[in-house]
Amino acid sequence: MNRREDEKLKAALKRALPPMADVELERDLWPQMLRRLAERPAQVPWFDWALLAVLAIWFFFSPEAIPILLYHL
Amino acid sequence: MELLERFALGDLEAFETLFRQFQGQMYGWIVRIVRDSGVAEDLAVETFWRIYRARARFDPAGNFGAWARRIATNIALDHLRTVRSEVELPENLPQSPSLDPAVRRDIRERMERAFQALPTKLRVPATLALIEEESYAEIAGALGISVGAVKLRVFRATRLLRKKLKQLGVEL
Repeated sequence: MNRREDEKLKAALKRALPPMADVELERDLWPQMLRRLAERPAQVPWFDWALLAVLAIWFFFSPEAIPILLYHL
Repeated sequence: MELLERFALGDLEAFETLFRQFQGQMYGWIVRIVRDSGVAEDLAVETFWRIYRARARFDPAGNFGAWARRIATNIALDHLRTVRSEVELPENLPQSPSLDPAVRRDIRERMERAFQALPTKLRVPATLALIEEESYAEIAGALGISVGAVKLRVFRATRLLRKKLKQLGVEL
């Protein structure tokens, strides 16, 4: 296919499906975003829970580790 | 602390600032892909929702706009794949004998149907390159593929579109 035919196809396509480049957002979406955030609160990842469980077990069996950990925080 | 660093740490105010800064841009990009303003608004919110959830994986030294656009593109592609209607193309339609307005409208409709019948994987790069005239580099960045792959998809889309138009009896 030559370049001229490609240009003809492109022009015909643009007539059938006009570009949307000039379409602008007409309203602020932040209120919708806030509703979405309220619907599904951010969840704590599973590995954070796993880490917490490991720490709890560690502190239970070696309570002397607590001040050491606090010192390093 | 920088805005992107605060965002990555989960600061909602930083997220709001980024949201307000980029919502128009993300909406503009999505609407070019899905070609429906109402759907594009919902998908823009969905994009930012995923961005917020993935904040911990964002590198504050990186390009937020490019990262967000990539997420927006994936969401728009997923949407097109789920709503994609099966367009049946009738065979051996009569050729258009003249070019009066009714016939021109008919050609436009057939053209639209033929284009919508393209696979999403080819239709999206073709929409962005041929209709929206985005650069190949821009499209490649958003789709997460190489410039060569974008060119190939646009070429394949064009070839397939010509075939479908021929099926529909459209002569350009």
